[in-house]
Amino acid sequence: MSLDQVKRAPLPERRAHRAAGRGADGADGAAAGHRRRDRRAGRWWTPWLFLAPALLLFLYFKFIPMANALTMSFQEVQPYLGNRWVGTENYATVLGSDGFRDAAWHTVVLAAGQTAGSMLLGLALALLMEGQGRRLGFVRSAAFLPVVVPIAVVAELWRIMYHPTEDGMVNSLLGLVGFGPSGFINDPDSSLVSIMVTGIWRGAPYDMMIFLAGLASVDRGLYEAAKVDGASRFQRVRHVTVPGLRSVFSILFILAAIRGLRVFTEVFLLTNGGPDGSTEVVMTLIYKLGLEQNRLGVGAAGAVLLFLMTLILTIAVHLVRRRESK
Amino acid sequence: MNAPTETALGLTESRSPGGRLLKALTYLLVLVVFAGPLLALLVSAFSKVKDPTQLSVIPSAATLDNFRIAFDQGVLAYLLNSFFVVGFGLLLQVAVSVLAGYALARKVFPGMTLVLVAILATLMLPEEILALPLSLILADLPVVHFNLIGTLAGMIVPLGAWGFSILVMTEFMKDVPKELEEAARIDGAGDLRIFAQIILPMCKPALGVIGVFGFTMIWDQYLLPLLVATDSSSYTLPLALRTLRIDPDVTPGVVLAASLLALLPSVIVFLFFQRSFVHGLSSGALKG
Repeated sequence: MSLDQVKRAPLPERRAHRAAGRGADGADGAAAGHRRRDRRAGRWWTPWLFLAPALLLFLYFKFIPMANALTMSFQEVQPYLGNRWVGTENYATVLGSDGFRDAAWHTVVLAAGQTAGSMLLGLALALLMEGQGRRLGFVRSAAFLPVVVPIAVVAELWRIMYHPTEDGMVNSLLGLVGFGPSGFINDPDSSLVSIMVTGIWRGAPYDMMIFLAGLASVDRGLYEAAKVDGASRFQRVRHVTVPGLRSVFSILFILAAIRGLRVFTEVFLLTNGGPDGSTEVVMTLIYKLGLEQNRLGVGAAGAVLLFLMTLILTIAVHLVRRRESK
Repeated sequence: MNAPTETALGLTESRSPGGRLLKALTYLLVLVVFAGPLLALLVSAFSKVKDPTQLSVIPSAATLDNFRIAFDQGVLAYLLNSFFVVGFGLLLQVAVSVLAGYALARKVFPGMTLVLVAILATLMLPEEILALPLSLILADLPVVHFNLIGTLAGMIVPLGAWGFSILVMTEFMKDVPKELEEAARIDGAGDLRIFAQIILPMCKPALGVIGVFGFTMIWDQYLLPLLVATDSSSYTLPLALRTLRIDPDVTPGVVLAASLLALLPSVIVFLFFQRSFVHGLSSGALKG
């Protein structure tokens, strides 16, 4: 969806085009038909009537909450007592607290690890499973299943798989290749990585599907040419496939990074920030501040900062893309 | 038989026994890693699983006990809540999306760019960030002063408008030929009739796409039900999984049985509508 399409056909131009299309009718006929159509096409508010439900719902559940989050972040929110304006105090509290800095760091590490892991694994899967064939289609569908499984189920399943004793499912698999039992989500040293692995497991097949769609649009002729020139498989991927997927990379990067920054449910269900705060991310912290400790102003300030992080990331990637395409 | 087309790795052409073996091993590894855990879930839900270490793909003493205990724990009520939320949520979302899509695709009006920017903005606005103010608004809707906390409506209405569905609908409705609409207008049809009898019937594939995506999105909701639900009577099934797990009397097998019930609907929808799903996924992501 691009806005250019809207700009391309502004009101007068479109009408002129339509009138011209009538051709043989002559100018008068076109003008008359034009007036008649205007009447039939409804009043100016017809489109707004069609848009009303969507706009109303967006207003109530997106824009008003957003505005409220902004105001709340500058206030001490006291139900029944009235809110007190405290300026940037909430932001100072948030930025000055070790808890938030740790959570922000965990969030960034988790987002970066999940994004990189899902994209690399997704690309590898897509390259391995490109092409046609019924068996291939089956394997791809099966690999895609984690994406459609509700996140709450994914978390409960991995919780059981991560059972920290030797006979836990993942541990017994690790035991087969000679690695000792790991505490996974119960051990502060491995908890964040364990959540990351779960995230990659769910994210990689999604990236795989998008990469597969992108691979389909890479020019086959270039592969043939590379083959004639004696390029190895690696060189083909490096010089033909990867450049052909550039736009896919940046889109996936934005999507995955934003997904990573707003991570909540997996962490909430797998560790709820523990053990020892080793997996506390910004969203679980905000949830605790706001809904458990009732410090809504501070929580809102954290949310606004998180929003700014995602916004900056989105804009940065767009700018890089624009420069690249020039 | 069509000739295999050239791919990046050129694996499709490998007809040698070694190449085939390599391919088979790759596929097997992929299946084990991504489908394996789900298979383990399926098998364990039907086995006597007493302690969490016994998750296994090898069935042991098949039993329906887990499901029976799960139903004793009220899983059926949670499942019905989930179906209620996804049913009405999807109905609302599709209705809102086709109406908005019609205006954006078939009309040109001042303020249209602003509306599109606003819709795109909602897509960039992660719902998690709005959790706190949203929970306050749900407790007391501005102007009308409804309290949606503790009601299933509170999990449905906020999902009514989804930017993704609206944009998919808009794109699709743009492609309906102008001539059809013109002809109907000359016959004296108004906007509502053109919308319902001309445009909408031509958008069935797009309805499939937004239906499948809307279903998966609503079924996967966790944070919103968490904000809205006050007690177990309004829990959806995903939400109830955690309560089940925390309950000391409940074995992991029961949690897995409930998990299976929670994942089946979205998996079934995906398997049935794979085409729509993959199509929507690639068009949504690649068109940007």
